[in-house]
Amino acid sequence: MTAVTDFTQTAQQREVVATIFERGAPGRRASQLPTLDVPARPVDELLPARFRRAEPPRLPEVSEPEIVRHYVRLSKRNFDLDSGFYPLGSCTMKHNPKLHERAAALPGHARLHPLQRPERAQGALELMWNLQRGLAEVAGLPYVSLQPSAGSHGELAGVLLTRAYHEDRGDAREIILTPDTAHGTNPATVTMAGYRVVNVGTNADGGVDLDDLRVKATDRVACLMLTNPNTLGLFDPNITEIARIVHEVGATLYYDGANLNAIMGISRPGDMGFDIVHFNLHKSFTQPHGGGGPGAGPIAVSERIAPYLPVPVVGRTDTEDGAVFTLDVDRPKSIGRLRGFHGNYGVFVRSYAYICSLGGEGLRRASEIAVLNANYLRALLRAPGIGEYLSTPFDRHCMHEFVVSGGPMKRALGIRTLDLAKRMLDYGVHPPTVYFPQLIDECLLIEPTETETRETLEAFAAIIAEILGEAGESPEVARNAPYTTPVRRLDEATAARRPILRQPL
Amino acid sequence: MSDYTALTPDDLATMLAAIGVDSIEELLGAIPDDIRRSEPLDLPPGRPEQEVFAHLRDLAGRNTSADDEITFLGAGMYDHYAPALIESIILRSEFLTPYTPYQPEISQGGLQAMFEYQTSISELTGLPVSNASLYEGPSAVASAAYMGKLANDRSEFVVSRGVHPHARQTLATVAHGWGGRVVEVDLADGVTDPDDLAAVVGPETCAVIIQQPNFLGAVEDVAALTAVAREVGAVAVCSADPLTLGILEAPGRQGCDIVVGEGQTLGNRLDFGGPSFGFLATTDAHIRRMPGRIAGQTTDADGRRGFVLTLQTREQHIRREKATSNICTAQALNALAGVIYLAWLGRQGLPELGELMLQRTDYARRRLAQIDGVTLLHDQPVVREFAVRLDAPVDDVIAACQDRGVNPGYALEHDYPEYAGGLLVAVTEQRSRADIDCLATTLGDVLATWRSPLAGTEVTR
Repeated sequence: MTAVTDFTQTAQQREVVATIFERGAPGRRASQLPTLDVPARPVDELLPARFRRAEPPRLPEVSEPEIVRHYVRLSKRNFDLDSGFYPLGSCTMKHNPKLHERAAALPGHARLHPLQRPERAQGALELMWNLQRGLAEVAGLPYVSLQPSAGSHGELAGVLLTRAYHEDRGDAREIILTPDTAHGTNPATVTMAGYRVVNVGTNADGGVDLDDLRVKATDRVACLMLTNPNTLGLFDPNITEIARIVHEVGATLYYDGANLNAIMGISRPGDMGFDIVHFNLHKSFTQPHGGGGPGAGPIAVSERIAPYLPVPVVGRTDTEDGAVFTLDVDRPKSIGRLRGFHGNYGVFVRSYAYICSLGGEGLRRASEIAVLNANYLRALLRAPGIGEYLSTPFDRHCMHEFVVSGGPMKRALGIRTLDLAKRMLDYGVHPPTVYFPQLIDECLLIEPTETETRETLEAFAAIIAEILGEAGESPEVARNAPYTTPVRRLDEATAARRPILRQPL
Repeated sequence: MSDYTALTPDDLATMLAAIGVDSIEELLGAIPDDIRRSEPLDLPPGRPEQEVFAHLRDLAGRNTSADDEITFLGAGMYDHYAPALIESIILRSEFLTPYTPYQPEISQGGLQAMFEYQTSISELTGLPVSNASLYEGPSAVASAAYMGKLANDRSEFVVSRGVHPHARQTLATVAHGWGGRVVEVDLADGVTDPDDLAAVVGPETCAVIIQQPNFLGAVEDVAALTAVAREVGAVAVCSADPLTLGILEAPGRQGCDIVVGEGQTLGNRLDFGGPSFGFLATTDAHIRRMPGRIAGQTTDADGRRGFVLTLQTREQHIRREKATSNICTAQALNALAGVIYLAWLGRQGLPELGELMLQRTDYARRRLAQIDGVTLLHDQPVVREFAVRLDAPVDDVIAACQDRGVNPGYALEHDYPEYAGGLLVAVTEQRSRADIDCLATTLGDVLATWRSPLAGTEVTR
């Protein structure tokens, strides 16, 4: 039992952690159900005993106030975007407008059944059609499917579309190229879609190594998957040459939209030569991340890929009485469905609201400020007191995010990038993405987004300077951080070696 | 218009000076001129918040929601009541706005909720291991099939036609990528016949996939079907409706290796089909083949209980092309709604709700069977949904009922040509006896109109 006088622990650290299953008491409950208003028949006659469950599932037995208090207390053990700076690279943690929750909760959206007949869901279908059109314009590719549920799902759709495109031409291919800086989802998707991954190298400027690409781009290659700007936050100026090389061997060029926030309205993947693009609506288009979902990963494609798009696609017919919107499933060359119903409509409402609020010019301005904020923060981190410990590997302007290497810090101060990140937790900011991309030593990938103020960026740089200064005096402080969070560093090795994945009941 | 940014002219000047450039345009110098746009995107101009809200409200107003009619429409998503406390919790910024818990020290709330969710799903399904959720139901079926492929590397997937059509179609789409072959087993009197299944499976069968209750609402003999799968060494997969598992036996105790399903019925909105969540639970033997995030319990440096994402060596950010799946996003917020809903319903509430649905559905089924022109499509036990056959064009009957304020259900014939005139009717706890009586009256009236001598002049088909 810890003494109350132990002021080295915060109140949250003193809390005894209990799950909802460890709360409550037998016989307690929160729900009251409607009373049975039809003549009751013996259950045995309705459902033979051999199908029935003998013992009900051991769910919690708790009152409503207990549930509310439990989860509100749990919520306070989370850090979140509304509370503080969250410069998690490649994740685009921009503000989630509050309007969107209000709009998505309207019963006409939230309480609409997916199998409602299209005649009685015209508002929803119009919204989807408008969103398709908006995304097509941002991508510079005319045909859109909203169906994929997340970026990874959009990637799977894109690779399956590539397969369908080649197979339709009787052209079996077995390789997909990805840069060595690619998100891990790219190679994982390739395997799931029955292809083999071959890596393409990175040149000294952080772009695709063209010589390596020329060697590896053969007529056995189905596709090159690329992010531009790439995961180093750098725009690859050779993109049109890359597209030419890839198209010359008959392969498709796939755009991983994780980094789209850098270029909205500035440059379009379709104009760069990409055939297929996926969007992360939970990144550039403000769907709240929800602690790990839901998201949505629509795709936009070129004319030659369009026949294979997953079903359903929202169509529009103009009649004398106005536009009529339909769910088009009759597409003979379609790869088919990727999930139930029509996609994550609740996400579409929010992203559509965002596009309506910003318009074309607003989207461009958002990307421009995202780039400005990233470059400003990068400049602050190159200043004396920081720059000698965190090196910026590429001497060029970044796009919406940038990498720094903690290598010099490790050598000079004896603390690793992980220690720097953990010490940031004591300052009330979320650390950047760490140890990705893997080709940068002790990497930090930093994406501030356009919705942060100049003051926030300056305060973040000041925090880093302070931590580095502290590490110069006593590096063990960072090595043992954090101190003020609800729990301190956790033993992940034991968690993986002897997994405890549920509450013993 | 609002773009949610904060940049003032002073900020801009200060920042550009610090960077050492004269304009933002200069920062974009890496983008070649021929692909850098000078003209704005062709989109309507941005609008102020109140106008955007009005536009979205107008669009919402052009939909007939479950608030606007007495609805018996189900077929994979259902109009169950979600208590108010769910919304009040999941809309809290602390749950709504964080990313995936990459920094566990400041994500204990979300991680513990995942752990509680996994516990609930394990308990419902009767299997020891659950992940932290998947995209949604049909793609979870495909994920289970892929686990089967990783387990035994066979290529044939045998699927009952009682499995949701969207799940069967999704499986066919993704299995084509990895070279899998999908074989369907017809239903006999509304259910999958174990002998029919036995006639189809063989040494090439990777997995057998069934649904409980099946798409026609019928309760399957899960134990008998999984026994057939085991006979040939195939992985037994069941897609189950979690809300029926208070009264139906847990599929994990009937020989299933993997239980998946659609989680919408657990406290999630209809949302025109998403977002909701999919769940996946399995045996210890398959634990390292699971897709998606998994939370686990551990201790911190001072010995406190805590939670982390675990078994990450399965996942794409570590294993890349050797990962068990490309999935990185769970549906954390929807799964949280699910675990809160299950706590609200509680140990007593879940079976009570099951029995309430059982009684009302039986009442509705008997009421409808009495109507002239309605016959039962099957007479198997059902929990919340049943199928009838109408002797009139089903799409027109549905439209006519809707004009009278009642949505009678889902027309089966588009997915099942063998069930022409088939209507699938769902009765959740939100539909009272009065609602059911109203359905019976309305359907009876519409069918009577159809059968009258004048009917042919009203509608031609």
